[in-house]
Amino acid sequence: MRVAIIDYGSGNLRSATKAFERAVREAGLNAEIELTDRPDRVASADRIVLPGVGAYADCRRGLDAVDGMHEALTEAVEKTARPFLGICVGMQLMSSRGLEKTTTKGFGWIKGDVIEMMPSDPDLKIPQIGWNTLDLHQPHPLFDGIKTGPDGLHAYFVHSYHLAVENPDELVATTSYGGAMTAFVAKDNTAGAQFHPEKSQTLGLALITNFLHWTP
Amino acid sequence: MTLKARVIPCLDVKDGRVVKGINFVDLIDAGDPVESAKAYDAAGADELCFLDITASSDNRDTIFDVVARTADHCFMPLTVGGGIRQIADIRKLLLAGADKVSINSAAVKNPDFVAEAADKFGNQCIVVSIDAKKVSGVGENDRWEIFTHGGRQPTGIDAVEFAQRMVKLGAGELLVTSMDRDGTKSGYDIALTRTIADSVRVPVIASGGVGTLDDLVAGVRDAHATAVLAASIFHFGIYSIGQAKRYMADHGIAMRLD
Repeated sequence: MRVAIIDYGSGNLRSATKAFERAVREAGLNAEIELTDRPDRVASADRIVLPGVGAYADCRRGLDAVDGMHEALTEAVEKTARPFLGICVGMQLMSSRGLEKTTTKGFGWIKGDVIEMMPSDPDLKIPQIGWNTLDLHQPHPLFDGIKTGPDGLHAYFVHSYHLAVENPDELVATTSYGGAMTAFVAKDNTAGAQFHPEKSQTLGLALITNFLHWTP
Repeated sequence: MTLKARVIPCLDVKDGRVVKGINFVDLIDAGDPVESAKAYDAAGADELCFLDITASSDNRDTIFDVVARTADHCFMPLTVGGGIRQIADIRKLLLAGADKVSINSAAVKNPDFVAEAADKFGNQCIVVSIDAKKVSGVGENDRWEIFTHGGRQPTGIDAVEFAQRMVKLGAGELLVTSMDRDGTKSGYDIALTRTIADSVRVPVIASGGVGTLDDLVAGVRDAHATAVLAASIFHFGIYSIGQAKRYMADHGIAMRLD
């Protein structure tokens, strides 16, 4: 099995690569983790990971700047139905549109816009930076064996915007930050985490391992 | 349930080795940064901070190796500061495995650098580190000024105004260090930290002066910081990360204890 982590000049790519390598090692899997900026390597990968930090529009522009990458992603995810995991802005790009700075078109896999978080409590800081728990709205294979809820494991978040999901069937988990903010989305063979699994220690490694085993 | 307060051990790194200054003088060698990072990761630190205080340009690259080796072993958020002057410095640190960078003197000298960095890498990865000293006299309203060069050089810049300006330019987080308290173990400058925290929307990390676990509690409860940074109390084993987090939880602060 080969897992392609897409390199388009955004993100803490080394952290993501190292976390996936560790998950492979600890699970005793026979899998190759490949950080790549080549569309052909993405199109032919068995699993695909799209990281991303920064602003929505900048990430979209960065991805589009790699000739053929969006097409390769569409081919692998929509046509050959490879398991896909988006992380942070990589997850946000799965939406219909991003409204950060300007309006930017997303992949349209998860219906909804990425909007600024408006916590009900004005004392809450933006960005949300740090560890928060998750509230699971429906079971999903990527959360198998992971304890969620107020007494559950923590995930590491760094974000000012979140994906306002239109179809509740596609909302897997939220996190409480002056209201329920989208933490995890999924549809068919695609899944996306607003938090950083590669930084989320126990929860993160378990989720990455589940992704490596996932057969949607 | 809610976002948890973060405990952040900070490692001063010089020429690839950990040191901790007392009031930024008299450096004591306290070990290998990667070993320390691993220990803190295992102990449940919520984040880790490296402050590179390497003076000679010959040894500047040592930090990239330290960051890369740390990223190989640790799956916790890592902030790196010290000597960041150019966009290329930030890119190199992020590629080596840092998640955030903290900008200090460069933000004072050239505030637009913060805007440029935030534009390129996103606000979430730009921390502005504010070193402040109280300059108001007895009986006057509290006033703090930005100091550079390890607290020796006054700048005439008001610390609270500077903090607000940095946030406008794109800082996603502020690391506020009291240069009066740093290394003294007499507790954070609560008034300084709270004044800044209450005047900006972004998270504030309290820094400088931790001597007891009550200081950490006060940093969140009284100074309104969302994260507390400390060095020597952890490095010298006076308290463990676990002890600190449990103590804060026992004092009503929401903490991550898993």
